[in-house]
Formats: sequence, C-alpha cells, structure tokens
Amino acid sequence: MPNINDLSHHARSCATQLGIHKFDIYGSTVDETSVQVDRGTPKQVKASNRSTVTVRVWNEHQTMGVTTTTDLEPSGVELALKTAYEASFFGVKEHVPDFSPEAAVPIADSGTKTPQANVSELITTLLDAEKELLAAHPAIAGVPYNGLAQRDIDKIYLNSNGAMRTEARSYASIYLYTKTEEDGKKPRSAGAFRISQGLPQLDIDGCLKETAKKTISHLNYEKVKSGKYRVVFSPDAFLSLLGAFSNIFNAQNILDNQSLSTPDSLGQQIASPLLCVCDDALHPDNVVAPTFDGEGTPTRRVELMKNGVLSGFLHSAGTAKRLQQEPTGHAQIGAKVTVGSHFYHVFPGVPAKQEYSLANAEKVILVDELQALHAGVKALQGSFSLPFTGWIVENGKYTSIESATVAGDFLKLLQSIIFVEHESELTAAGVCPKVWIDDLSITGE
Amino acid sequence: MRLSAYPSTLLSKELPNLQYTSTADRFDETWEATLSTLLGAGRAAGADFIEFFLERVNYISCLAEDDQITSIAPRLSKGAGVRVFRGKADCYVSTNDLSFSGLKSALEKGLAILGLQLPAPNSYIPEINLEPLRDYAALKKKDNWLSECSSMREMGEVLLSANAQLKLEASHVQSRRALYFRDCQEVLVAASDGTFARDIRLTQSTGYNLLCAEGAHRSSISQRAGDTSDPGFLRLWDYKSAAAEIAQAAGQMLRADYVESGTYPIIMANEFGGVIFHEACGHLLETTQIERNTSPFSEQKGEKIAHESLTAWDEGLSSTAFGTIDMDDEGMPAQRTLLIEKGILKNFLADRAGSWRTGHPRTGSGRRQNYTFAAASRMRNTYIATGDYSVEELFASVDKGVYCKRMGGGSVGATGQFNFSVEEAYLIENGKMTKPLKGATLIGEAKEIMNKISMCSQDLALAAGFCGSISGSIYVTVGQPHIKVDSITVGGR
Repeated sequence: MPNINDLSHHARSCATQLGIHKFDIYGSTVDETSVQVDRGTPKQVKASNRSTVTVRVWNEHQTMGVTTTTDLEPSGVELALKTAYEASFFGVKEHVPDFSPEAAVPIADSGTKTPQANVSELITTLLDAEKELLAAHPAIAGVPYNGLAQRDIDKIYLNSNGAMRTEARSYASIYLYTKTEEDGKKPRSAGAFRISQGLPQLDIDGCLKETAKKTISHLNYEKVKSGKYRVVFSPDAFLSLLGAFSNIFNAQNILDNQSLSTPDSLGQQIASPLLCVCDDALHPDNVVAPTFDGEGTPTRRVELMKNGVLSGFLHSAGTAKRLQQEPTGHAQIGAKVTVGSHFYHVFPGVPAKQEYSLANAEKVILVDELQALHAGVKALQGSFSLPFTGWIVENGKYTSIESATVAGDFLKLLQSIIFVEHESELTAAGVCPKVWIDDLSITGE
Repeated sequence: MRLSAYPSTLLSKELPNLQYTSTADRFDETWEATLSTLLGAGRAAGADFIEFFLERVNYISCLAEDDQITSIAPRLSKGAGVRVFRGKADCYVSTNDLSFSGLKSALEKGLAILGLQLPAPNSYIPEINLEPLRDYAALKKKDNWLSECSSMREMGEVLLSANAQLKLEASHVQSRRALYFRDCQEVLVAASDGTFARDIRLTQSTGYNLLCAEGAHRSSISQRAGDTSDPGFLRLWDYKSAAAEIAQAAGQMLRADYVESGTYPIIMANEFGGVIFHEACGHLLETTQIERNTSPFSEQKGEKIAHESLTAWDEGLSSTAFGTIDMDDEGMPAQRTLLIEKGILKNFLADRAGSWRTGHPRTGSGRRQNYTFAAASRMRNTYIATGDYSVEELFASVDKGVYCKRMGGGSVGATGQFNFSVEEAYLIENGKMTKPLKGATLIGEAKEIMNKISMCSQDLALAAGFCGSISGSIYVTVGQPHIKVDSITVGGR
C-alpha cells in the first residue's frame, strides 16, 4: 500500500478534479506467509502481499456510494472514486451513512509489528510439530489439516475532513488436526488452534499437546442415547454459538428486523443472571486488538449482557445515531455499513446457588467443538441443530461420543444456564469459561 | 506482439531493465513476452514447473430491503499468483502488482522459498514457447458481455419490483430481501509447459431471503438462481414464480413442529437436494482429499462404492449452469467426468498438482476463488443422473419418513462424516406428505450413505450453489432427481 500521506494526497487531488467534496477511505495491506506439511515434507508454502481499500463518496445530494478496489495506483484510485460517485446516486436517501463523530478522536496505540520468521523456520517448526504428534500415539495416522502462518496487517482510515489513522499489527497462528486409523474402528479426528503476536510467542507445544490429548481421548468411543441431557459447553463451543446468534446484540441487524432482539429489548432479562457478556476489542488477551473500526471510530469495551440483562448493542456511527446511543467501534464499511463483534469476554454474573464440577458430575455431555454452524444455525429463527465432538462425563471419567448433534433454541438455552465456571480460557473468538446448561436435546442413537 | 525489448537471446543481467508494454486493461497476446520471459527465468533458476495466473474482476452486488435499495457495492480487483514447483514441493505467491517488476518480485519470492534464485547475470534465460493464445473469451464473443449486463439503475428497478411482488405473495412478513450480484472475471494462464489461455467468466445470481414471524413462530426461507452465460440474466429473472414459491414455503414452515430426532427413510427433492452427493461423496473424490489421505474412496477406483441405482457426473459443460467453465484455472478445457456408474467408482477429480501427486489424470477441475489461491481439484456441475422410478413410486415406498424439500448448506469432515440442514421438510406417513417439520439436520457417513441411495426418479434438475474449500469459495451446481435414502440419522428435538 502506498504511504498513507501519499494516498491521502492523491485521493484529495483526484477528488477535487472529479468535483467530489466528501469521501473517506478505509483499507488494509496484508503481508502473509503460511506453510503446510504432509508426512514429513513441506506441502505448500503460500506468500501474499495484497492491499484493498474501500472508498466512499458523497454526492451533492448527500447520498453515498462505495467502491472497493485492490488497485492503489493513481489510475485505480481515480476509477474507484468515479465508480463510487456513480453508485452514490443509487444510495439510500434515509439514514445516509456519515462520518463518525469520533473519526478524529486521538488514539494512543497505533500498534507494533513483530519481525517475521523466515520460511525455512516456519517449515521446520511445523514439521517438528507434525512429527511429535505422529509419535504421540500409534493410532494417529496423519495430521491432514495443519498450518502455520504469520501475518502483518497495516490498516488505514482517512477522510476528506482531515481524519487520518493507521495501525500495524503482526500475528502468528497454528492449527493441527489429526486423523486416526485403527482396525475395526472408525477414523477419529481432533485438533487445536493457537494465535499470538509472533512466532516466538506462539504456544506450539500447547497446541500439540492439546491435539494429542484430545485425539487419544476420542479413540475409544461410544454411542450416546438420544434424549435430554445436562450439557457443558467448552469455551470454544459457547463462543461459537454466541457468535452465530450475535444478531441479538447487533444494532444494524435489529434495525433491519434481522435479529432476535428489538430496540426495546434493552434492559430485558434474556439470560440467566449467572451470565455476563462484553465485547472487548482491546482485551489484553486479544492478539488482533483493532484500535479503530471501518469508520475510524475508536474501539472500546462494550457491556452487552449484565447478569443476564441485555445491556448494550454493537454500533456503527449510523446505528448509534438512529438509536440515540454512542458509536462503539464495530462498523464494517460498505455500501451498507454493517456491524460485527471483535472479541467476546464472557464471565460469571450473580453467584450461583450451586456450583458444579466435571470431576464429580453424574452424567453430563461435554460439548468440545461445534461443527457446521453455517448449516445448522437458524440465526433468525433462534434455533440450532449442530453436530459436535465431545464426551459423556461421569464422575470424572470421559468417554468419547461416536457422533451426535445438539439442538435447541438459543434464547431458551440462555435462560437454562445453571452455572458459569470461574476459570476462563482463551479462544480465537474471546475469553470464556465453561458454561453449564440444563435440558438440551442430544441426538445420538 | 508489442514489446520494446525482447532479445532473442536474453541474459539474466538484462532482466532488471526490460520494459514491456502489455495492454493495461485487457489480457491479450501482448502479455506473452512478459510471461514467457518470467517463465524462462524461473526455469533457469531450477524450478521444475511454473504457472502464472492473472486475474481482473469487475464485481457488483445490489440489495433491496423491503421497498428500498440499501446497497449497491462495486468491487474492482486485479492481481496475479505465481506457483512454483520443485520436485513435489510447491509454493504460491500472490500480488496486486501486475507490472513486470511486480510479477518478477513475486516469482523471485517463490523461488527463494524453494531455495532457488535467478541465475547469475551472464546466464542465458531459456525461451519458453507459449502456445498461440487460446482465447475462449474471443471464441465465444464474451468481450462485450460486461457492457451488456444490467446497469445500476436497472438492477435497482428489477429488485424493487421483485420485492414488491414478494410483499403481494407472502404473509406475516418481518423482512424481505432481494439480492443480485454480477461477477465478471477475466483470467489469463501461462505456464512453463506452454499453456497460454484466456477466458472471461460472467457469473450472475439473483435470489430472495424471506423472514416471516407470528408471535414466537418464525420461518426463514432463501432461494437463489444463477447463470454463467447470459448478460441479460437479471432482465429475464422470473421473480413472480420465485416469490410465489418461497412465500408458500415460508407460510408452511411458520408454524411447523420440530422434527423428532431419530433414524428415518427420507426422500430428498431434486435441484438443491444434490448437496447431499456434493458433500457426502463429491468432495471425497477430489484429489485434494486423496493427497491428504482423508478420502475413504482413495483405493477404490473400479470398485463398487454406491448402490447400483446410482450414477453421478461432474462437468463444466452445461450451457448455463452455475459451475460451468470453458477452461479451468490452470488453462485446461472443461470436461465431462463420469464419477460413478451404477455404483462403480470410475474417476476422481484432479487438478495439475493433484494429478502429479496421485497419478489420477487431470480432469479440468483446477479451480480457485481468485488470484490469492493456488488452484485445487474442485467440483463444477455435480449431479446424480436420472433413474428409473417416478416420484410417486419413491413416496409410495415410505411408511414413515421425512421429505426434505428444500436443503440448506452442509459440510463434510476429515473422517468422512457429513451433515446438512433442511430448510423445508414434511413428515411422510403411509406414502403421503402430512405435516411440515422444521429443525432437521441430516447426519451420516459418506461410505455408508452411498449404499443407501436406493431409488432415483426421472426428474433431474440443477441448482446454483457456493462451495468453500481449500482454494476458496467457488460457484458450483448441485443436482439430482428426487432420491430415496433408505435410512439416515435426522437430528432434531
């Protein structure tokens, strides 16, 4: 990506020539390298350096148009401005998006980058991890899905009123998914994921050990009888489900009638008082930690649910204005500004009358990882029916479940929470403890 | 060919100063000099095989919500990817920079990753003789397609009319959405085996999302149509029929009971019902899966893997289908590939690297979402062939089961276990559809389910879809006639 000052200067002069007086630009450059290995040899190495910007233009009637482009040469920026201007005449006439009132508010942290490791180090690291995993148990026949990646991201926001922001971040990530083969048994699979600011900080050993432990725990499996069970969601599983039903908190979805909430839902008890949820882009455990959103609004911690009461929404500048609230830094710009979460922080609310533990639970289902959320979640109906990996846990003994689905209604699930554990775990979607829920339908045999 | 410097014997030291004048806004013969020089440089560096994939995209989407257009979103994109092989190892480098120096930098990065570097300054760069440009866009007169598509104004008018029609047809409406996108992609492939081919792909899609609510009861139904050959596709969209169909489905499902979980015989409707074959079998016939050892069918070519009533194809040739391509993303002409014939596994789907690594012949199936992905073996138009039964005979064979009329998405995991959601389902009792059901998920294992597809009817129909996998999200068709699955686990309440 060209230097932000050059891009700003060029965009301004182009806009002036085209008679455009109001515009903004949000974009990023990604420089990434990733490797995969296959049974002791490098499989594929990918490297990419690409830039994308989204240009918004307001015309003399104050309607707005947008164009996204990867061509940041002067001719590309000019074409994007022209196309956005053309599109602006078909933009909405009510609730037209505008600059964020916070687009120029100072932000202290513009991020830092970690030097990228060289490719040979990435390959060696992943080959070693694969080798160690294959040696962890004779049944582990392969690690068919694996990857080690490092990424530098530079983001910019600027507008014709003089707002200008940049942010630089680096992160590295690893995933390992095994496949087992044993005579007379079905193949089994398990995996883990880790992310950090750079390769030196990446917990590869933790990823490896978690993958091995989970894989081994699934080797001996049983069918589970269909019925209603007390179910414990792992942090990853609970956050997957929360993310799939995030329209509950999403102000744009609410205004579009594409949500299980309405503007009047604020202040209502929608979950057990045992549950609190925040979205916190700047949480110390959030590796990506964006400091501003697509409209240049600074990110912040937003309380979404306090003791089960819906207490906040995620906003863009436009939704905040319409609902007479403050922007929260969750805008993703486009012809239609959308809203998305950053990093959930789930924690216990009011103290539970009774605390539970997997060490002495009588018979519960521990859902470790939900699958096929794109297919099994009806986000607008509030229902879900999802395959999962997990265990039947009885007095501390874990027995892998051969295959099963968990189904229910999300709002009912929130009300059926009987315990939110104290100890949180870090996942890609946020930090969260295990969450216990009564009476969920499990389909097994 | 227009070039200012293209000596017949090129030395490595001359590379930094070469100036090429390839056409800026079109991939044509003027790119030959640039690409053959770089391919030669890569070969001289010691790479066994090199491929360049250049792409330019002009995309626009339009969304009508209730009675207003809320989004018109153009996207302009260009970029290139270079794939370098050394032995069986390969790397893929992508960039936005289509200048000679930009492409050369990408090549050098790819070579460096594989431990190679451009030859010393006084080394000769071997000439790579590219074939005369195989230009499918010119052959099929596609160069004007983009200008013949609907304007922004027309997009808005059609979608607003469509949404107005839906308002007339549906009741208890909470929200109505009509959507359209047009994706015009120009690609150029040049490889060190002499491949030099260009194409333009025009993919368009329209559809509805309807959400109905009455008290605590909700139903949401989606519908999509797609096309790859007609610039006037949006103008011809029969939105009246589409609106009537989804309004009826949403009304039926609004107060539907949740399906009771269990094991049932099911009948799956034609068109998008084909997603079961796509997920449960199609992915496992891609050499990508064979390479990973994640397909249970790896060693079963020539063996019976499905019920003898089942024959299945994957092809890129149907004239208007959503997965149709004149050439794949490695420059190979599209083919029709017989996957299964009367239950016997006949062929796998192979891209170039997959073919090298597994020994299965290439099938013109190397596909990718865009220039940031290396091509991989992917499906095109995939369907179960017509069978011998009538739809009535399928229903008559079921005492108690589920009719899956409208499927949602699905996926298949590393162990071959698959799942699909069902958007619109009905209970079958004594051969008749009785009441609507919601919340159903179909779960099974690929190897087992293929032997349980026991009856295929005669009403083969295709449906547009999107498929996400290792090389990104691509346009595909799924299809089948009505089929009967003897038993399958249905997840519900």
